[in-house]
Amino acid sequence: MTHFAAVVLFALFASIVFGITQRQTPLRMVRYGIYCFVLFTGSAVALSWVMFLIAR
Amino acid sequence: MATTPNNTVAAQKESRQGFVYLPLIAGWLVPGAGHFLLRKWGRGALLSASILGMFALGILMQGKLYAGANEVLDILGMAGDLGNGLLYVVSRALGLGADQVQVTTADYGTRFIVVAGLLNVIAAVDAHNLRTGRKA
Repeated sequence: MTHFAAVVLFALFASIVFGITQRQTPLRMVRYGIYCFVLFTGSAVALSWVMFLIAR
Repeated sequence: MATTPNNTVAAQKESRQGFVYLPLIAGWLVPGAGHFLLRKWGRGALLSASILGMFALGILMQGKLYAGANEVLDILGMAGDLGNGLLYVVSRALGLGADQVQVTTADYGTRFIVVAGLLNVIAAVDAHNLRTGRKA
């Protein structure tokens, strides 16, 4: 499994649980789950670029 | 059917009968079981699949199952692992998981297992909130 695949799977599972547990209605659950997923993966990619640039 | 105040009160009374902590305990022991007890089938299935999937991936990545608590970080890791309930007990009994992290992905696997436990605790508390009527 690649590192990126691990990040995506981690984000997917965590976002599903966050969405269901932190919101009341199904629509809000889906929207919050997507929001968390984007934040998880986006921040991982952004931090990876930061570390790449620091390491150069 | 419209919800009247009487119906709401009756539903709240009904939700307060019986052992209130049963969904919390069941949800902790078996991921999603708390929601299944409350007949929230869809939510329970998604929670169960997510937590079981994360735990299984952690094991497949040769993640470490914390067995002892000698240092502070080990205590925290063990607390996270214990959140998996019976999954942790059964996995320990079957000898799954690594004793020591030996490959790069095993470190990720260890985190997957710990986070699966923490997510399971969140899901169990959510089931408890549904049971007490704090959440719809």
